[in-house]
Amino acid sequence: MIIGTIKDGIVIDHIPAGRGMELYRYLNLDRLECEVALIKNAASGKRGKKDIIKLNEVIDLNLDVLGYIDPHITVNIIKNGERVQKMHPALPEEVRDVIKCKNPRCITTVEQELPQVFRLTDRETQTYRCIYCEAKAK
Amino acid sequence: MKHLIDIIDLSVEEIDELIAVGEDIIAHPADYEEKCRHKKLATLFFEPSTRTRLSFESAMLSLGGDVLGFSEASSSSAAKGESVADTIQTVGCYADIIAMRHPKEGAPVVAVRRSTVPVINAGDGGHNHPTQTLTDLLTIHRELGRLDNMVVGLCGDLKFGRTVHSLIIAMCRYSRVKFVLISPEELRLPEYLREMLDKQGIDYLETQDLEAAMPELDILYMTRVQRERFFNEADYVRLKDSYILTPDKLVNAKESLRILHPLPRVNEISVAVDDDPRAAYFRQVANGKFIRMALILKLLEVK
Repeated sequence: MIIGTIKDGIVIDHIPAGRGMELYRYLNLDRLECEVALIKNAASGKRGKKDIIKLNEVIDLNLDVLGYIDPHITVNIIKNGERVQKMHPALPEEVRDVIKCKNPRCITTVEQELPQVFRLTDRETQTYRCIYCEAKAK
Repeated sequence: MKHLIDIIDLSVEEIDELIAVGEDIIAHPADYEEKCRHKKLATLFFEPSTRTRLSFESAMLSLGGDVLGFSEASSSSAAKGESVADTIQTVGCYADIIAMRHPKEGAPVVAVRRSTVPVINAGDGGHNHPTQTLTDLLTIHRELGRLDNMVVGLCGDLKFGRTVHSLIIAMCRYSRVKFVLISPEELRLPEYLREMLDKQGIDYLETQDLEAAMPELDILYMTRVQRERFFNEADYVRLKDSYILTPDKLVNAKESLRILHPLPRVNEISVAVDDDPRAAYFRQVANGKFIRMALILKLLEVK
């Protein structure tokens, strides 16, 4: 399968295989006007398979979301067909309005205007907990 | 301005200070009768809880203050769909301090963001209930004269019992405390708490046998095992009686053992145990009022 190279844009690479669509939704890429390619199960030297997202426009990306999905993801900024920047998102201390608390007893289930905020509580296990009810992010 | 949402909001020094004030109140109640004159406590109970609400109200009245509030959500503006933040902001115009209970977990976190007065979490769903933990700590301190160097047995529903979780978190901070976790397999302490104990190198033992554990215990904290928590009826029938405390199960217990229970009890402690001097659960209820008095004084910064 051939997806054309991009002149100006972003390549989000090394997404864990199968999680590209999740990232697509978290980053609200459906709202973009530009061309977006989601490549699933591309061959990867390190991991066997990976997902890739290509955008033919440089936009402001929420790096926290990428770090939350997997800090091994890389973000390449392409200008005039050349990679001008390569970024590794860090594991964010906090993710806001990305995931929703699944605890049916959480205050966010009745007060839906509250921001959905999860905080990193254990870096080793990459555990995030709801700041209100402390339920684990799933 | 300080609030109390979770027991870990308080340092060990602050807890020790609250216990010291609580004990002074017990020793010299008259000295505290006017401390909160012209101050008002609002008890906002979005979920009914007679015991906790009355304890807070009695505490404020004993300090010479006044109380106002509601005892269920249906008699508040929450029934009209008002947010917690709005209710708290409004009540802050009428009261100097707020004690709130809410059925939803994390509601007090939302409340303190907009509050202009100190907020005390009087229970948020199955999540936190820090004043119960303070009550337990004052009781243990009064009964044994210390909070360190002891074996604490926790018996019954260790999975869903929030009072058990908070007490373990609070007592972990004292040295040489060992926990004996007595529960059926289905109701073991949650994994995250066992991991916390492992990480901190705290000594604990898990067992299903209350009687075998008994001789070692300095504190026995009883909780209720509910039928609906079991996956099958046969296990419930097999285990239910083993977690009912009766005088014969206390035969091998220390004379200095103290039995605590957050109450209300159903049948997990036989009434025949009530007259045993080791039964401390009704003294624990009284302590609940004194520690709440100490807490109100601290948060209102009354000297």
